[in-house]
Amino acid sequence: MTDSRPVNILIVGVGGQGTILAGKVLSQVAVLSGRDVKFSEIHGMAQRGGSVVTQVRVGERVWSPTIDPGTADFMLAFEQLEALRWSHMMRPDGVIVMSITTIDPMPVITGAAEYPLGIPDRLSESAHVITIDAADYALQAGNPKSANVALLGRVARMMPFSRDLWEQALSETIPARHLAVNRKAFELGWNAL
Amino acid sequence: MSSTKDDRILLSGNEAIARGAWEHGVRVATAYPGTPSTEILEAIAKYDGIYAQWSPNEKVALEVAIGASVVGGRAMASMKHVGVNVAADPLLTLAYTGVNAGLVLVSADDPGIHSSQNEQDNRFYGRFARIPVIEPSDSQECKDFMGAALHMSEDQDTVVILRSTTRISHSKSLVTVSSREERPLLPYSKDILKYVMVPGNALRRQPEVLSRHARIEAYVETSPLNRIEWGDRRIGVITAGIAYQYVKDAYPDVSVLKLGITYPLPVNLIREFAKGVETVVVIEELEPFLYENVLLTGVEAVHSGLPRVGELSAAKVQKALARLLGEEPEPVLTVPAKVPMRPPVMCPGCPHRSVFYVLQKMKLMVSGDIGCYTLGALPPLSALDIFMSMGASIGMALGMEKADPASASRTVAVIGDSTFLHSGVTGLMDMVYNKSRGTVIILDNGTVAMTGHQDHPATGVTAQGEETRITAIEDVAAGVGVRRITVLDPFDIKNLEKVLREELKAEEVSVIIARSPCVLTEPSDAEPLMVSADVCKGCKLCARIGCPAISWMDDHPVIDQSLCGGCSLCANLCPFDAISVDFPTVEE
Repeated sequence: MTDSRPVNILIVGVGGQGTILAGKVLSQVAVLSGRDVKFSEIHGMAQRGGSVVTQVRVGERVWSPTIDPGTADFMLAFEQLEALRWSHMMRPDGVIVMSITTIDPMPVITGAAEYPLGIPDRLSESAHVITIDAADYALQAGNPKSANVALLGRVARMMPFSRDLWEQALSETIPARHLAVNRKAFELGWNAL
Repeated sequence: MSSTKDDRILLSGNEAIARGAWEHGVRVATAYPGTPSTEILEAIAKYDGIYAQWSPNEKVALEVAIGASVVGGRAMASMKHVGVNVAADPLLTLAYTGVNAGLVLVSADDPGIHSSQNEQDNRFYGRFARIPVIEPSDSQECKDFMGAALHMSEDQDTVVILRSTTRISHSKSLVTVSSREERPLLPYSKDILKYVMVPGNALRRQPEVLSRHARIEAYVETSPLNRIEWGDRRIGVITAGIAYQYVKDAYPDVSVLKLGITYPLPVNLIREFAKGVETVVVIEELEPFLYENVLLTGVEAVHSGLPRVGELSAAKVQKALARLLGEEPEPVLTVPAKVPMRPPVMCPGCPHRSVFYVLQKMKLMVSGDIGCYTLGALPPLSALDIFMSMGASIGMALGMEKADPASASRTVAVIGDSTFLHSGVTGLMDMVYNKSRGTVIILDNGTVAMTGHQDHPATGVTAQGEETRITAIEDVAAGVGVRRITVLDPFDIKNLEKVLREELKAEEVSVIIARSPCVLTEPSDAEPLMVSADVCKGCKLCARIGCPAISWMDDHPVIDQSLCGGCSLCANLCPFDAISVDFPTVEE
């Protein structure tokens, strides 16, 4: 992160999966590192089970709060179909860290569309893809809702921030009563293959 | 909010607007919730030393802020772009009276229509009302420009519009914060010519408004909110708001005239800028508002070629500027994959779902309104026939009945609790007054759900968390003269259908209050349901309610145990009793 180009990170998922919290921790670690950061999300109607995307840009100087197609360095995908939906945002050497979770959208539930098959293979054609069972790590950590932080842990170790800084960002962002579970989930993600 | 070493904190544009209002001594802050403006009032309500309130609608919010300003307290009213239409009546006359203490109207516009019914560009209100419009480009400017707007309002004796957009309001960036500057009340003195807008006085105010406008035109020439950043002189970009960030991202070295005040424009500054560059181009989101006003200065700006609908991006701006510079734009090599859409849906366990299931089953014409229940328009429920603006459902249903009286027996208006109090009450009064036999369903989930669960006059809690008296919805309906009022549980679909059949036949106005709390504010402790694959015949009736907890595996539904709220709508519909909390195993 010494060059002038910001690092672009997309966090994608389904409304209600906890993408915003993951974005908050990520932004906070960037702030703590002394870098410029911008964070963009959409509230309102899309939050009700729709496709959601949070955009985080970190660098020496960040102008636009949003990321353009073909320029994302990292994607945290909380759900497979959402990873595919936003895959055109990735740069050719980008890294996608994806939970194996699948959630049928309404057109699939009603039979109007089919859930695409073989998503990890399709994504691998143009990006470096790491899949993890984030839901399982969350259960191991003690709360199924900590899957977001497990996923964050996996991508965290590829980013230029120290483990200590991540721990500080977690403790500054997550309410004290949920901190222990989320630190455990983060560690499981950090150590995942 | 958490601080860094140098006391800069990461704030959204909305949080920074609130911070700016607090630091600059605002006493009274008012709002009605609406994306993307909602978090401004939510953030300000948490500060000490400031009074913050939700009003029933945007018009009242602005009127409360006007009263505060006139008696000498700084005030702010915040709302989404379409909310300004509701507040436009006092706004356009407030432009005549001017203010006493600083008064800022925050308009949060929604380019790209992320969560709105239209994409209107509220900069036009500035020209319409002859009042200044200020546009910040990031969170630091949201805070600083709020201070500048309050100052300008007091100095120039005018309300000022601070215009944000979704990407400004909902993006976070670093902000240097300060402490609050307490400001004593300014003295109030009775001034009929200034504040009582009877025709004679309004006529006399007009020349004063025009001379004020001339003073503001001179003021903006030297305001630090407008600035030139000289760079590559082949092209000079005039820009404002979020578009400035895209310009800097795409071409950091071009010459830029960054406008912090987008109405009125600094004519001399624009001419000076134009003289210093070979070509002038205007880069702005939505309507060609700046472009047309720049042309009026005599500067021959070229058109950017950018569309007047939707959001801009750094890539779009890069392409437009590359074309003007005769350069190749950076190619985008990726294309979006063709994948199924994921539209928003009502939550599992949402009390609105059963109502829309019954309405579409009875094949009724439905006049809809604004809230989570607008999602009843989407497949598979597809229950709405029309949807327009806040509170419109009731008036539109009345119009349908007056044009086609027979339609009243198969038409309902559907409106939420907060939307009813916002502007549905007057529609209901119209029904009673004009002898309608219409049927109105009020979906009362006890909160403003879509915008993130704000309180309103029927919840009994204020914006700052104090208990207060409740405006009971059934009392309001009775008060405007409705005699047939039924309160029911929306999950009891047999009763709902029975009551609907009776009320649609009734010869006078009926109100049905379908009352059940939002599943997100009061999650049910009911057990999640399961499907017995042995009993299920695969009829797919349960797929027609649009519940995201139900998916299909082979020929049978599967209920996601982590999503199911246990509302039992699907179980009550199932003709084969194949859905239950648990099924006895063979051993039992």
